[in-house]
Amino acid sequence: MKETRTKLPGAVALGALAFLGLVGTPALAQETVIRSVPIGNLKVVDPIWTTAYITRNHAYMVWDTLFALDANHEPQPQMVEDWEVSDDGLTYTFTLRDGLKWHDGEPVTATDCIASIRRWGAKDAMGQALMEYTTSLDADDDRTFRLVLTQPVGFVLDALGKIDSNVPFMMPERLAMTDPNDQITEVIGSGPFRFIAEEWVPGSKVVYEKFEDYVPRDEPASLAAGGKVVHVDRVESIYMPDPGVSMAAIGNGEVDLHESPATDLLSLVEGNPDVVITPNDPLGYQLFMALNHLHPPFDDKEVRQALLWGVNQEEFMAGVAGDPERYQICPAVFGCGVPNESDAGAEQLLAFDVEKAKSAIQAAGYDGAPVILMDPADNSTLHPAALIATQTLRRVGLDVQVEAMDWSTLTQRRASKEPPANGGWNVFVTNATVTGIGNPLSHNFVKNCEQAWYGWPCEPKIVELSRAWALESDEAKRAELVEELQRLHLDNVSYIPLGQYKPAIIYRKELEGVIPGPVVFYWNIEKAS
Amino acid sequence: MWGYIVRRILATIPVVAVVAVVVFSILHLAPGDPAAVIAGDQATPQQIAAIHARLGLDRPFHEQFLVWLGNLSRGDFGTSIFSNLPVSTLFLQRLEPTIALTITTTLLTVGLAVPIGVIAAWKAGSWADRAVMTFAVLGFSFPVFVIGYILILVFAIWLDLLPIQGYRSLEEGLWPFLRHLVLPSLALGISFMALIARITRASVLEVLSQDHIRTARAKGLPTRQLLFDHALPNAAVPIVTIIGVGVAILLGGVVVTESVFAIPGLGRLVVDAILHRDYPVIQGALLIFSGVYVLVNLAIDLLYVVIDPRIRY
Repeated sequence: MKETRTKLPGAVALGALAFLGLVGTPALAQETVIRSVPIGNLKVVDPIWTTAYITRNHAYMVWDTLFALDANHEPQPQMVEDWEVSDDGLTYTFTLRDGLKWHDGEPVTATDCIASIRRWGAKDAMGQALMEYTTSLDADDDRTFRLVLTQPVGFVLDALGKIDSNVPFMMPERLAMTDPNDQITEVIGSGPFRFIAEEWVPGSKVVYEKFEDYVPRDEPASLAAGGKVVHVDRVESIYMPDPGVSMAAIGNGEVDLHESPATDLLSLVEGNPDVVITPNDPLGYQLFMALNHLHPPFDDKEVRQALLWGVNQEEFMAGVAGDPERYQICPAVFGCGVPNESDAGAEQLLAFDVEKAKSAIQAAGYDGAPVILMDPADNSTLHPAALIATQTLRRVGLDVQVEAMDWSTLTQRRASKEPPANGGWNVFVTNATVTGIGNPLSHNFVKNCEQAWYGWPCEPKIVELSRAWALESDEAKRAELVEELQRLHLDNVSYIPLGQYKPAIIYRKELEGVIPGPVVFYWNIEKAS
Repeated sequence: MWGYIVRRILATIPVVAVVAVVVFSILHLAPGDPAAVIAGDQATPQQIAAIHARLGLDRPFHEQFLVWLGNLSRGDFGTSIFSNLPVSTLFLQRLEPTIALTITTTLLTVGLAVPIGVIAAWKAGSWADRAVMTFAVLGFSFPVFVIGYILILVFAIWLDLLPIQGYRSLEEGLWPFLRHLVLPSLALGISFMALIARITRASVLEVLSQDHIRTARAKGLPTRQLLFDHALPNAAVPIVTIIGVGVAILLGGVVVTESVFAIPGLGRLVVDAILHRDYPVIQGALLIFSGVYVLVNLAIDLLYVVIDPRIRY
């Protein structure tokens, strides 16, 4: 009797475990789920608070925009049904599409959009420029609002349809009233997917489910514009720190899509007939070298210009992108393949003459002072680029001291205006999506003087012409201004473009309808069972 | 005995306090700015400065420390600067995978390593002993991630028997739960096993030379009973010590294994927080870990009393 009693609890426990093992969670098995490996680790959910690309990508799932760029990089109405501009160019009237809802069931209203524009306009450079010329933003009714300008400007729809960080996503008013320097506390949008907060494990997993009440546009999907029709029930974004394992996972079918596979590991799946490898973003990224204009030797314009002779974009691109099919030589400050592409003033950058660079640097009076190069050793793209930059600079006679650090340390140190020997810096390499740098307003990295990014270039003429571009609506005149800006940027060497490359994405052949773009958009994708 | 336990528990307070001060100081003195990481690469210096101020990171060091200490006294470990979730929530999210990996690795390791070590001691000098020692050296020499990659290649890719990565909660079924733990437990367990087998062998070897073992053998006790009922308990103290240290390390998170197998454990939580300078998470997690280590050490010490009646506190 005693033996039976002591054994019974164990048997019950085993039975329960066996039952668990058999039952599992059958509900999920009937849903269509895309499992993907994202470009990074989602820790911040607010796309206005941060410019991080991983947050931007997350935001496209759950929020929508008033306008969006199509495949021709033209802004198209998205949440907007109709808009008109007054004859004097000062008043824009926008009417929202009917039936737009937030994920909590509430209707999207004009006041939500006004609050969202203001919050975005307080943070984003292009938004700040728009707000500078905005005298009022008022709602006429629940679906209509007016934006009134102080003077006609040419970039209102470009700004509202901006595709890159900070994207002007529309949020419920209660969230949009959050101070832009604080993070929102909920993820409620009107986008095609809902964020499932209870399943979010920051740094590991993010889950989205189809928003059943989303009303897509009728037009076919085109880049970020058009109909956002969702064909799956659920998207699970699973962060995998190990690049080799993530490649193995897609090869084995444990995940369906990998947004950022390591370039040097693509060979692991190249022969796999079930995997598609494609450079999804037709424009890709621009790699560039940031120089510190405040301290020697790069405070001297002649030294900066001399350095252009010694840069070989081919070396950087081969080191970062590998396959020549995935990169191009591109001296355009605003990127290649975009309306503002220009190679004006790029002769020196494209020439690659090491001896000329050496003699020019000597002639400029370089005294052999150490050049501190910051190397983000934990970044798989920028670390090799930093090593190539080291070789490039040493080859032209500069005494380079490489300081390896993690990305977090670099982001802090680059903000320092101290002399390099006192914790400052001279040079580092970084990158940006071409869609994000396509015009003088959105291109943060070449802003000059008071608005300058790290490196602090200052050529007042650049500031003047950038402003003129913003105010100009005639396309021909805009093109002239861009050409002049391109020339000025390279003459003053605001920074050094190092080429343009297209990282690949990989996905299982069961997926169809992946839209080419700087972001992997999960609408339009169908998954064969 | 109870007095000893109470004294040891009370002794954790100054230990944890010292850890708190040291960790806080190191974090705030080290380079890196979470505001810059939050703002992202496209942000302007002005935007970063605004976030920096908003997060209170521009306050004096002592002020930030006192605020944190005050919150801690109310049981509030703080909120992640990045995700805005309480540190305790983040910790609890990661606890199950870490505990699951700890338990499976410990069971696997102890279940295999101790018998292997005992047999190696019994057959000292034989091929079995040499095999065990070779395994011990190799197991300890190979980095965990190399073992992990080899296991993935063989069992997940070539044989397609087990998944490559990920973690499944027990709620999703026992078999999915166990399937996803086999390879990471093995990867971790091999080096741990090597160490335990070696320690077991050495400890048992020492006991086997003692008089009571010779007497038991002379009395004709079966080998199995001699080894596991008489030798092993007397050799258990150093073995338990090393197992306890190993469990503490596992609970603290084994970031390499978690990274290779994409397991959302505590190790990755802390390393990610360090890389991003998520101060509240780092501070909270390290405080909790230091408390856990102290308690695990206490548990080991108490286990000595159970194993060896000669030990009394």
